[in-house]
This record gives sequence, structure tokens and C-alpha cells, in this order.
Amino acid sequence: MTLLDTHLGFVEALRAAGLSVSLAEGLDAIAALERIGWHEREVVRTAYAATTVKKQSQRTTFDAIFDLYYPRLVGEGVASEPDPDAGEEPVGGLRDNAEALGAFREELAAALEAGDDQRVQDLAVEAMARFGAMPGRGPGLSSWSAYTALQRVTPQELVQQLVAGLLGAGADPADAERVAGARVGTFTRLVEADARRRLAEEKGARHVADVVLRPTIDRLDFTAARRADLEEMRREIYPLARRLAVRLTKEQHARQRGPLDFRRTVRASLATGGVPLETHHRPRRPHRTELVVLCDVSGSVASFAQFTLLLVYALREQFHKVRAFTFVDQVHEVSHHFTPGGDVVEVMENLAASTAHAARWGRTNYGRALTTFADEHADALGPRSSLLVLGDARSNHSDLALDTLRDLAGSARHAWWLNPEHTRHWGTGDSAARAYGEIVPMVECRNLAQLGEFVHDIL
Amino acid sequence: MSSWFASPADASARLHATGYLADEATATTAYLAGALEKPLLVEGPAGVGKTELAKAVARACGAELVRLQCYEGLDEARALYEWNYKKQLLRIQAAGDQAWDETHDDIFTDEFLLTRPLLTAIRREEPTVLLVDEVDKTDVEVEGLLLEVLSDFQVTIPELGTVSATRRPFVVLTSNATRELSEAVKRRCLFLHLDYPDSEREREIVTSQVPGLSDKVATQLVEVVARLRELELKKAPSIAESVDWARTLIALEIGDLDEESVRRTLGVVLKHSSDHQRATKELRLAAAR
Repeated sequence: MTLLDTHLGFVEALRAAGLSVSLAEGLDAIAALERIGWHEREVVRTAYAATTVKKQSQRTTFDAIFDLYYPRLVGEGVASEPDPDAGEEPVGGLRDNAEALGAFREELAAALEAGDDQRVQDLAVEAMARFGAMPGRGPGLSSWSAYTALQRVTPQELVQQLVAGLLGAGADPADAERVAGARVGTFTRLVEADARRRLAEEKGARHVADVVLRPTIDRLDFTAARRADLEEMRREIYPLARRLAVRLTKEQHARQRGPLDFRRTVRASLATGGVPLETHHRPRRPHRTELVVLCDVSGSVASFAQFTLLLVYALREQFHKVRAFTFVDQVHEVSHHFTPGGDVVEVMENLAASTAHAARWGRTNYGRALTTFADEHADALGPRSSLLVLGDARSNHSDLALDTLRDLAGSARHAWWLNPEHTRHWGTGDSAARAYGEIVPMVECRNLAQLGEFVHDIL
Repeated sequence: MSSWFASPADASARLHATGYLADEATATTAYLAGALEKPLLVEGPAGVGKTELAKAVARACGAELVRLQCYEGLDEARALYEWNYKKQLLRIQAAGDQAWDETHDDIFTDEFLLTRPLLTAIRREEPTVLLVDEVDKTDVEVEGLLLEVLSDFQVTIPELGTVSATRRPFVVLTSNATRELSEAVKRRCLFLHLDYPDSEREREIVTSQVPGLSDKVATQLVEVVARLRELELKKAPSIAESVDWARTLIALEIGDLDEESVRRTLGVVLKHSSDHQRATKELRLAAAR
């Protein structure tokens, strides 16, 4: 394969992953590479990044694809050549056995403790070479597995050893644990990356790119997110809220020309000899809604509800007043947890703790939740308020209380229902999405991008 | 061949000489922006040295910096050029019985033209660095205006004709990403995301910016700041804040950054009260009285 083929394949893979790389940008990349040459991998990466990636959120995707098309090394690289000084036999010839595993783990522990990044990287490659191979499988099946390698090496068990080592070096306990966890995490990621590299070598980069890439954080489904993803998403909430707020103020300024500001117009006309060439207007008073959020916090949709609540509260200034209620089968008000300037982590902990109040029997029951809400908190809804219901509308085949919802929606100014499930799953199984959707407009909201769009639209 | 930087290594060395410690990616991208004569779009959180990069390039290449600060409501008259109509009025009144055609030719000349940053940068003969700061704050219309300037480095003035750059300026656009810039602008630029530096580089930056800071305090400071960035804060401290903190420690003559002094001076790095509480809790500092 020539360099040009690799380049074209790479650009093609970027486009397939959702980066809009235009022809001109591809040409820019080539022009840039002509200037700097191919001798250093990180410089090549920088040149590609500068010319083709124009959004930071896409950088992770870019890096993953770059590693596939321009791998760090091919095969075993230099590691497989026998080391003349030590007189060892080549690593390639040494395979999996108990003795090798013991020695390898000791070496890994030492490297992790010293924080030697280069050595850890080499060891990750070696781990795949020794313990990750699955030779003799049928054609079409992958012959490398990061899972197998990690199962054999069990780096998680090294954490304790590592903590002890760091404590010996004079670190304090919490720090030691944090550092140890982070280093082992890095090793795990390196092994996974090396597995991808080997697979790409075997089957072609394109194939692997299609299979292993995850969507960027703002396109990732709430329901498919792992714990690390959720943390990353939480960090995204405030920047998202800030972006939305800026966009909203700007649009309000552009859209709203209120009544004529007589004073300013006359004053401005002095510059043009008393002729009012330009009229000045007072800004119109912004309309602020009262928002009532009713959210399902049962296990299946809990993270989605938390994100929406966080975003709504981050945008508090845009609303006149916000009241939030959580439910599983009972309704519980949580508005008081969101204090102005409150700390995000604390709010999340309080929310999680208060979930217990929302469940009496522990099975989601929309009908009962709506009825209790109508009985106890009907005063929350008025002609100035908007109702926002969050949930997947999966009610365990119980009574849906459609009439109650109709009444609630009728007494509010607007009503929406956000559903974290894909539209194609609505109405399947015990989902009452179709039935509820007839009363209250239902919107699909699966990721941060959609959530941001929705919140922007209702304001 | 342009005269900006000879190679990425050269860019790194010359930026370093002006006191800007660029990492490899920054130096390479800065070199490419000069070599390909393309504008450089720099994005990143506040206080990581986006504007400083433009200033450093100007210093490193002995060029003059022309700055266009963007804000909401910025228009052509402030960004590009404007006719000095008051002066034109005077000229017309002073003309007396001169023929209108002559007056007309007179008042649309260079003398009555007020050049604004974009036009200034294009007309300059000497090396110029054009800094378009916080480009995300402008309205979408201004982006359209920038397109012509950024792709062809020329400006069309109906009365005077098209002014092309005799020497292309080195253009740096900075953005806080509060708004997505249009694809058309992004396509014409090289993109660089500046992030918080690793601890080694941050220590170098702090010690070079704040002379007199002992190595021990610098190391402690960088460690605490790195720790703070891992927390879920509303605003993580950036390089500017680390440098401020170092200056504070010098002013207060604190020779050892222990828990007590961290607690007393935390206000320099964290600007939200909830961030303050979180940090106090996570770093297990004695609660402020």
C-alpha cells in the first residue's frame, strides 16, 4: 500500500466516523506533510490534526483512527529482536507459561511503580504478544484478544501492591490509591490499543475502525454510557449550559426590537445634524417560564434524568422558577437540593439519596406517580408554567392514568415529554410511549447534543 | 518561501526565546501556519495562553501585532474601514465654487479613509501578525466578512477598488468555543486546541514567568493545581491562575506551600465559592473559619 492509499483510506475513515473532512482539507494535510516530512510520528499526527480536525470533541475519534492507520509499530517491532547484551532469547519465541507470567507481572509492577511511561508502553505490547494471542482460530475470527491478555495478567491485582510501594515512598494514602488506579488504567488502555493495532494489521484498518469506534461524548447514548463516560458527560454539562446561555442571549438581542427609545434616538441624531438617520429601540423584556420537571428516576433511566435536571438547573437564570419532582411510584420534590451556586457533586449525591423517597414498591408505575402528583402538587402547575416529563414511559403494564396526564397538560402552558429511548423502541413491550405521546408531544432525547437542542428550543 | 519559521524546531526555539514555552504540537502548528500561509484558529479554555501565542509569534519574528478584539455587534465599520464623513463634510464646505466632479474625486481618497485592523493588517508592507481575538463573540455576518480576508487576503472598497495584501500577515484567531464557528471559516484555518499543560511544562512556565520562585514551591504549586483540575469544578484553574498564585506566594513571602498557606491563598486560583468548598473538602484542608 502506498502512502497515498493510506492517506486516502485514513481520510475516508475519518469521514465515516462523522468528521466532515473536505477535499480542500485533505489537500491541506498533504501540503502540510510535504513541509514537515514523515520521519516523526507525533509530528505527522499534529499535522493531520491541525488540518482535518476542527472540533476538539472529535479529537478522541481522530486519535483512535490515526493509531489504526499509522500504527506505532508493525508486528512485534524492535521488541522481537534478540537483545545482544542480555543474550535473551527473542520475545517472539517465548510464549505463554506460568514462569513467564510471574516474571512479566513483576516487571510490570516495577515499571508502574516507577511511573516509567515508555517501559509501560513496551510492556503492554509484550503482554499482547505473549498472553493475548489466540492462535489456530478459524478464518474471519480475530486471533488477538485484549480480554484474554488482561485476564492472564490481571493488572487490577497489582493496584494494592502499587499502593503499598507508593506509600513506602512517602505518598499519602488517598493520593497513592488515586495514582495507582490511574496508572493501572493507563496500562489497560494501552493493551486495548495494542490489540486494536494488531487486529488492524491482520484485517485492514477499515474493518477495525468500523467496529471499535465509539461515538463522541455528546453523541453517546445516555443508556449506553459506562461509568467513566457518565463522569465525562457530567463535566460537559456546565460548558454546555454556558454555550446555550450565550447563544440564547445573542438570539434574544438579535430578535427583539422593543418600543422606540426616544431619548437615544434624538441624542444619536445630533451627530447627523438633527436628522434621525438611525432609530434606537429599547430591548424587550425577556419572557421567563416557570418550569416544572417531573422525572422518572428508576434504574433504567436514572442517569438521563440526572443530566436533564443538572442542565435545567445550570440554566436556572433563564427560567423564572424551577420545581423538580422525582418518582418511581411515589412523587417526591427535590427542588431544595438545587441551591444557587451549589456544588455539582453534592447535588448528585443528594439526588441519589433522595431516590429512596420516590419508591414505595420499587416498580415504576407512571399511573400512580401522575395521580399522586395531581393530588399533592397540583398547585405547581399554572397558566404560566410549563410541564416537562422525563422518562421511558415503561410502566410495567399498570394503569396509565391518561386522563390525569391530560388534565395536568391542560392546566400548564406547555407540556413536553422527553424519552431517552430510540423512537423505534417506542410502544414495544411495556412501553406506553405511543399512548402518552398522543396527549403530550414526545421528543426523543438520547444524548447530550439532542438534550442541548431541546433545551434551547423550549427557551 | 515565507520568512516566518524555518522548521518546527526553529519555531519552538524562537518562541522559547521570547518567553513562550510551546509544546511540540503548538510549535509544529505555528510553523505550518507560517509555511502554508493559512490562518491559525486557536481554541481552548480561558487563560491557557491563546492570545499570548499570537503576541509571542509577533515578538519572535520581529513583526508588528495588529489586534482586532471581537464583540457582539462588531460591524464592518469597526473591523475593516470607514469613511471619515465629518472630514468629508468639511472638505465639501471648504470647496467653495469648485466643480462637484473634482470634489467627488477628492473626498474618496486615502486621506479620508479610516483604516480599521483588518485593512491595516493587509496594507502593511512589513511583517504583521493579525490577531482576531475571541472570534466566537461576533455575529455570523462578521464571519462572512472574515472569509474574504482570510482566504484571499484582499478587501474590496467600492470607491477605491480591491486592496490585496503585498505581504500576507500571519493570522491568529482565538475562540473560547462558546459558539460553533461556521464550517466555511474552519475549513480555511488550521486548528489548534490548547489545553492545560502537563506538570513538567507548567512548572517551567511558572518559574520562567515568576523569577525568584524556589523550585520546591513551584513543584508543590503545580502538584496542587494538577490535583484541582481533576476535581469537578465550575472553572478549573488555568496557567494564568497558576502564575498569579506564584506571584501571590512571592508577595506574601511564603516559602513552603503547606495546607495552611493553600487554604489562605486559594482565592487566587478558584473563583467560585462552591469550587472553594469542594477543593477544601477534597484536599482535606482545615475548614476556613
